[in-house]
Amino acid sequence: MAEYITITTPVSRTMLQPLACGQQVRLNGILYTARDQAHRRMAQLLAGKKKLPFSLENQIIYYCGPNPAPAGRAVGACGPTTSGRMDAFTPALLSAGMAAMVGKGERSAAVIAAIRRHRAVYFATYSGCGALLSQHVQAVRLVCFGDLGTEAVYAFAVRDFPLIVAVDARGGNIYEQAGQA
Amino acid sequence: MRVIAARTVRDAVERLVLEANTRLRPDVRAALQTAAAREKKKIGRAMLHAVAENARVAARERLAICQDTGLPVVFAEIGHRVAVAEPLVELIKRAAAAAYRRYFFRASIQPDPLRREKKMSYFPGVVHIDIVRGERLRLWLLPKGFGCENKSQLRMFNPTAPLAEVENFIVESVRSAGASACPPFVVGVGIGGTQDCAALLAKKSLLRRLNVRNRDQWLAGLEERLLRRINALGVGPFGFGGSTTALGVAVLEQPTHIAGLPVAVNISCHALRSAQAII
Ligand code: SF4
Repeated sequence: MAEYITITTPVSRTMLQPLACGQQVRLNGILYTARDQAHRRMAQLLAGKKKLPFSLENQIIYYCGPNPAPAGRAVGACGPTTSGRMDAFTPALLSAGMAAMVGKGERSAAVIAAIRRHRAVYFATYSGCGALLSQHVQAVRLVCFGDLGTEAVYAFAVRDFPLIVAVDARGGNIYEQAGQA
Repeated sequence: MRVIAARTVRDAVERLVLEANTRLRPDVRAALQTAAAREKKKIGRAMLHAVAENARVAARERLAICQDTGLPVVFAEIGHRVAVAEPLVELIKRAAAAAYRRYFFRASIQPDPLRREKKMSYFPGVVHIDIVRGERLRLWLLPKGFGCENKSQLRMFNPTAPLAEVENFIVESVRSAGASACPPFVVGVGIGGTQDCAALLAKKSLLRRLNVRNRDQWLAGLEERLLRRINALGVGPFGFGGSTTALGVAVLEQPTHIAGLPVAVNISCHALRSAQAII
């Protein structure tokens, strides 16, 4: 078996189904960043039956508040933030078509149930490795909520961005298995 | 009396901000290497290599090791025969804020913690001052990320609590810190004093280099025992499982009251960043 599976966005459910927790993945395409405040706004829009400023259909959200870009770079350090803080908003985003998320750390039982229901995937990436991860981001574009600064939604064009399947479409959970070693 | 110019302090703080945020401490790098050689799980080894590679990229490209460049915590030891030309605490806080901005590190400080209406700021960090004998000013800067700071714990034990109870509390604090605090950790433990002292000691113990043994033999034994138990938890690098849950445990102790036993645990993520200047 190859060490990595490579996938490209947008990601169909068919592409996600074979992934099993613990597998290492390399991602090409677009990652949309969103953390606390952007989640709150998106959830408010969805609750009010309004359209989101961008389509979540088959897209991946990355829980990240990047550092400003030093001269000549696309972005500064841009590692994952704690996913658990987004738990309350996640089921609504999954219902809106989001296919996968990228972050760090455990998810709630409600989120894992929603992941199974929507046959989605939760990926983790290298925590605390913002410098290394920034090397996989080739371009950055502001998508919406620009007033939020680092918490706005940006589209990262990524190449070989490293991911680990943390919760797979069947609910297999790497964090649950970890302690049992 | 020796007088240090404000500019000298400002320059030193600026250097510390850059160094701490972009160069992982050599002792932490060495500990990561040793851990990667010992780690039992394949995925754990791969993740430890990623952490080491991240440190190399950060140093080479002058990028922040982690996008959470933390809340800058400064420990200052000022000699009794030294004066600084401007108020020291404010001087340090302003210099740290200016350096964070200059090096494109993220503004992560919320000026009004409960209302959260004000804009994110670079100002102010936290400064702890100690007055010691001598004519030097020593500064340590420790940018503390909150993924791990949030998992820190403090308990006021009965003075008669069995040692096992205290040890269990420390090990359980690490277990409950979990994957979102970015393991492998360095675990700082502060024991004694008053409640506030214990918390401060726990944070301060993170400054000790990982390859330096506790000078107190008994505490050194306690640290080794705790580290063994923590690494048997199986949390592993990034929480994906493995035998490396912590790179080190450091305990600092001070006298306390006959009626109490404060114990604080401060968790640091693998991005344990600190730098030191002697002026
Ligand atoms: S806990 Fe540490 S390594 Fe993890 S995101 Fe925060 S500062 Fe970075």
